Amino acid sequence: MASTLAPPKPQTAGAGPPPGPPGGGFGDDPQPPPQPDEAAVALRRYRTGMWLAIGGITMVFAGFTSAYVVRKGLGADWRSISLPPLLGFNTAVLLASSVTLEAARRRSLEPAAGAWLAATAALGALFLGGQYLAWRELAARGVYLATNPSSSFFYLLTGAHALHLLGGVAALFTVALRVRLQRVWRRRRAAIEATALYWHSMDALWIYVLLLLLVGR
Amino acid sequence: MAESHAHVHAHAHAAPTSFIRKYIFSLDHKVIGIQYWLLAMAAVIVGMALSLLMRLHLVWPTAQMSWLESIWPTGAAGGVMTPELYLGLMTMHGTIMVFFVLTTAPQSGFGNYALPIQIGAADMAFPTLNMLSFWVTFVGFIVALAAIFVTGGAPISGWTGYPPLSALPEAGPGQGAGQTLWIVSLAIFAVGSLLGALNFITTILDLRAKGLTLMRMPLTCWAWFVTAILALLAFAVLLAAGVLLLMDRTAGTSFFVPGGLVVSDKIINHSGGSPLLWQHLFWFFGHPEVYIAILPGMGVVSQILSTFARKPIYGYRAMVYAIVGIGILGFGVWGHHMFMSGMSPYTAVTFSVLTMAIGVPSAIKTFNWIGTLWGARIRFASPMMYAIAFVSVFVTGGLSGIFLGQPSVDFYFHDTYFVVAHFHLIMGVAAIYGMFAGTAYWFPKMFGRFMNEPINKIHCWVTFLGVYAIFGPMHYLGLAGHPRRYSELTGVKFLQPLEPLQYFITIAAIATITAQVLFLVNVFWSMFKGRRCQEENPWESTTLEWTVPSPPPHDNFAGVVPVVYRGPYEYSVPGASKDYLMQTDPEGAAKPAH
Repeated sequence: MASTLAPPKPQTAGAGPPPGPPGGGFGDDPQPPPQPDEAAVALRRYRTGMWLAIGGITMVFAGFTSAYVVRKGLGADWRSISLPPLLGFNTAVLLASSVTLEAARRRSLEPAAGAWLAATAALGALFLGGQYLAWRELAARGVYLATNPSSSFFYLLTGAHALHLLGGVAALFTVALRVRLQRVWRRRRAAIEATALYWHSMDALWIYVLLLLLVGR
Repeated sequence: MAESHAHVHAHAHAAPTSFIRKYIFSLDHKVIGIQYWLLAMAAVIVGMALSLLMRLHLVWPTAQMSWLESIWPTGAAGGVMTPELYLGLMTMHGTIMVFFVLTTAPQSGFGNYALPIQIGAADMAFPTLNMLSFWVTFVGFIVALAAIFVTGGAPISGWTGYPPLSALPEAGPGQGAGQTLWIVSLAIFAVGSLLGALNFITTILDLRAKGLTLMRMPLTCWAWFVTAILALLAFAVLLAAGVLLLMDRTAGTSFFVPGGLVVSDKIINHSGGSPLLWQHLFWFFGHPEVYIAILPGMGVVSQILSTFARKPIYGYRAMVYAIVGIGILGFGVWGHHMFMSGMSPYTAVTFSVLTMAIGVPSAIKTFNWIGTLWGARIRFASPMMYAIAFVSVFVTGGLSGIFLGQPSVDFYFHDTYFVVAHFHLIMGVAAIYGMFAGTAYWFPKMFGRFMNEPINKIHCWVTFLGVYAIFGPMHYLGLAGHPRRYSELTGVKFLQPLEPLQYFITIAAIATITAQVLFLVNVFWSMFKGRRCQEENPWESTTLEWTVPSPPPHDNFAGVVPVVYRGPYEYSVPGASKDYLMQTDPEGAAKPAH
């Protein structure tokens, strides 16, 4: 299980060291280079941790969903709201961001990764801007948070999702910046992989939220 | 030994030198564990003080305590406690004890301290996140304390915060700022627990030393592992429910508040919400929460019983499956808290059957603890005494749970002192005994000094007799139909014959709380003045934390990663030169390798 096995073995699966600068270090003595080990260990940890975080977030939304189903079932006061058409555009933007992110992830050790990450962050920000406009549109129609249980859930679910996505945009932006500024970053691949996992999951979560709102509104 | 050790080139982080990085914002799991443990100790003092005030008020309702007025000018005008203040104290006693003591010390405190060392890791998987978890929890505690002292006083809706009482600021004096702070505190605590849980699970999955398979893990690690999974799933739902409740209070939504309510002669502007929805969401969290509180104690007790009985734990695999079984079944029994809330009898039967079912793994554990003790040459050191006391109160509290799991019996007992007795023994006192045991057991490792044994033993006995004196009679009160949560008993005729019993309980509570001073003094005195522990393994235990100096160096193993050759409880091994084999003793070697 542990990656700190006795003799230093070359890493065969997955996490190779960055092709990086020649010499690969700062004049350390001929002991086994630490990079491959640390990068592999970090990748594994980050992935596990991120899957667990996604598990936790899923449970939060499972809680919201069960409240949604029960509250709608009580339903004498439930009035369906029509969803803002802008959501279609926002969804397309978010799906596109997953494509650019995948481009970054597959080139995670190449210089181009930074630009793809930045593009993803920009698309994410565009989605958030679009969500804001969708909320404004609803508000202009006189549909507010407390207008109806249906609208309460609309704002709750889209808002909670947006909050998670905002964290994702911040993470993408930070990683993109570090990729650009920091020449040697041992956990670079791990960080990109974990961020990508999070982002794709938030993308999937959005599809789920959208379907829930479409079917259940 | 060269083959069995490999050098780690990438330390998790270098040892800090400044005071702030070393003791306050430390990344070291050992320091963070002790911080959690101290936080729980601070919280338990507050929680105990609140319960003492409640007990005093119950038997001397008109006693004037003028200093109360200086803390709660309206809640204790003239020095006499109002019913609302009593309910506020009750709410905060429960909240602080459940979250900041029972959830904090056994899992986050001891888990943080011992888990990485027991699995042979230099630290938790995410040290920075670990530090963040602690400080988030700390902020949650400060917010909870603030809820006691804000204008209007503490919330009066109990630690379960049932709406509509908890959802309407106009519903009571503590239901304004106090209730809002209560929800915010719980939400903050939930976030801290989620971060901690994620860190625990990742650490166990990815950082175990070579040779430490899952089925060689100490039962402590198994308990922390399953508890972390429960916390990850349960606290997420509490967080969701808390957000909904906060929105009902502040944004005018109606998730939980039904229509047509009249509070203080005013019609409430909500409609269609369901208070039952909150109960389902809350107890979906709330029942796993009681296992979050007790499982780590079970792990610690298993470890200690085996060590001090000098016998392998009876049925290691059965113990592991029982922990996992409790974890799984723990998510299917929440409805037994709601038999009286309006529930289809068929649903109630389902929850009842599942509740009976969870008694099975609990009974397996108890059986195995007794099996471990059976015929052993027991070393009666204080950790062992605390651990045996744990088994006793766990069984006593568990038996009354079987009564309460029957819907028809619960109809009678619900909201009586019987329930108070039940959950205090099984969840409160048992978990606290787990903490006493863990403290006495790991104290030499933590601080390089022993606790004072005679004081610990006296404390153990007085507390043992004390808690039975307190909670034993409460069963009888419940059988007699004495409702819980009543702040005054004098005006209720059918309760008058029970008043002597209430006096007795209060006296016992005063004595038991006084005895806790012994423990606190022992902890802080021993930390600086206790007998020095020079050796690595004073209890002759087998797990990895006993292979390193007391206290361990910053990265636990000084850059050397241990290799594990055997299971955790190899005591009295036939043919071995001593009566135990450490997990790091190489296979087949009867003599220690060092």
